[in-house]
Amino acid sequence: MSAPRVTVPRSLDEALAALAGAAPETLLLAGGTDLMVEFESGRTAPRDVVSLWRLDELRGVRDEGGGLRMGALTTCADLLGSDLARARADVLVDAAAEVGAVQIQNRATVGGNLGTASPAADLNPVLLALGATVRLRSASGSRDLPVEEFLTGYRATARRPDELIESIAIPARPAGERRRFRKVGTRRAQSISKVVVALAATLADGRFTAVRAAAGSVAPTAVLLPSLAAELVGQPPDEARLDAAARRAARDDAAPIDDVRSTAAYRRLVLQRVLRTELGALAAGA
Amino acid sequence: MSEPFELELTVNGTPRTVRVAPLRRLLDVLREDLALTGTKEGCGEGECGACSVFVDGELVNSCLVAACQVEGCDVRTVEAPDLGNVQAAFLEEGGAQCGICTPGMVLAVQAFVDEWAARGREPDDVELRAALAGNLCRCTGYEKILASARTALRRARP
Ligand SMILES: Cc1cc2nc3c(=O)[nH]c(=O)nc-3n(C[C@H](O)[C@H](O)[C@H](O)COP(=O)(O)OP(=O)(O)OC[C@H]3O[C@@H](n4cnc5c(N)ncnc54)[C@H](O)[C@@H]3O)c2cc1C
Ligand code: FES
Ligand code: FES
Repeated sequence: MSAPRVTVPRSLDEALAALAGAAPETLLLAGGTDLMVEFESGRTAPRDVVSLWRLDELRGVRDEGGGLRMGALTTCADLLGSDLARARADVLVDAAAEVGAVQIQNRATVGGNLGTASPAADLNPVLLALGATVRLRSASGSRDLPVEEFLTGYRATARRPDELIESIAIPARPAGERRRFRKVGTRRAQSISKVVVALAATLADGRFTAVRAAAGSVAPTAVLLPSLAAELVGQPPDEARLDAAARRAARDDAAPIDDVRSTAAYRRLVLQRVLRTELGALAAGA
Repeated sequence: MSEPFELELTVNGTPRTVRVAPLRRLLDVLREDLALTGTKEGCGEGECGACSVFVDGELVNSCLVAACQVEGCDVRTVEAPDLGNVQAAFLEEGGAQCGICTPGMVLAVQAFVDEWAARGREPDDVELRAALAGNLCRCTGYEKILASARTALRRARP
């Protein structure tokens, strides 16, 4: 293997110019917590790498229309330290707190979590449930995609080779929206998820008026769970209804696999149980 | 650049320049190019924390950081001169056995002490364990490591 060619742009414009003529398989390096492992193991042997880490233009969390816009290089630690993120996207901060341990949180970025499109990337189900959009930027302009259109499959995204993720936006919280996040792993810290669930729902007059839910590690990439909304919107949160919704989502919306960490059947069962527990907590107003 | 480049950085307060490949791990720059072998390699994949160092004040795993990302940065390793309080606590509490995890543990405890010294309350056990969750000890001397961290924190307080 010949040594990869590495570009270290000093500004966003320089980075976009470097990408404009880049080979299709050029890799973007952010915090490196995923890619450095890939390089070291030889699973990924890139010819061209563009390092984004020093681009401060891609950092920071700010208000946007009562919601939140985060630069792609915003780390889990940045989220944990941001009162604005806590106020606007509490469940995203909860998820960031469970990514790896301190050393990982200091480098793991939101853009990198999306960029991996890994089924076990913990932030992505939360972004899906909160209706987040991804802003892709290239020398020729920018476009916004809902996260569900950005994540196209197992470690696959809708990013073109000349684009990078510039930022991610979370819309303003709908009035009264309740949210839950839950990660099931083998131990509290630094474990790859078996199942991750994120829920956002509103109730009015004792009935669900909106439900948006997503899960990780139960399909080739993070997925929305449309069956929950189909079962619940317009309905009261009674026990039988919540049971049925959790069962249907685990059956119809998930496509888990057998691997070294778990079996598909186990993951489907855990998904159903975790969804049921979290729906119950959400309905109880917790 | 695919060729080696002149990396300039500050290590434990001293400016250094080394010629390295851009994706060389900071861990290898420290151990092999700068002969600072205090920083250890355990897993080489971000799980164990043996390679923990500070980059611009943040605790990171040096096996996951590329040389091209630390240009101009301030790096502190277990050889830094100002870790005496934490190191003394490890000695007193018997916080080291074989010693492979110890450099990383010392830096993680220093980060924990930096974070908690100014706070008005004691961290509970969950908070202490969370601060060290990225550092594995193959000799499993965790109780004494936790005791070392508590002692270091107590001494760091005014
Ligand atoms: C020990 C350990 C524990 C971990 N635990 C967790 C965990 O609990 N939960 C979890 O979700 N993840 C975990 N991870 C995985 C990893 O930390 C996360 O996926 C992280 O968010 C990746 O971000 P990064 O900046 O380090 O990405 P990098 O490794 O730099 O990049 C990852 C991918 O994203 C692409 N990319 C990065 N930035 C951009 C951008 N701006 N535009 C376009 N593409 C981009 C890269 O090209 C690459 O394909 C863990 C990793 C390790 C080593
Ligand atoms: S060697 Fe870097 S974390 Fe284990
Ligand atoms: S003392 Fe041996 S690994 Fe911790």
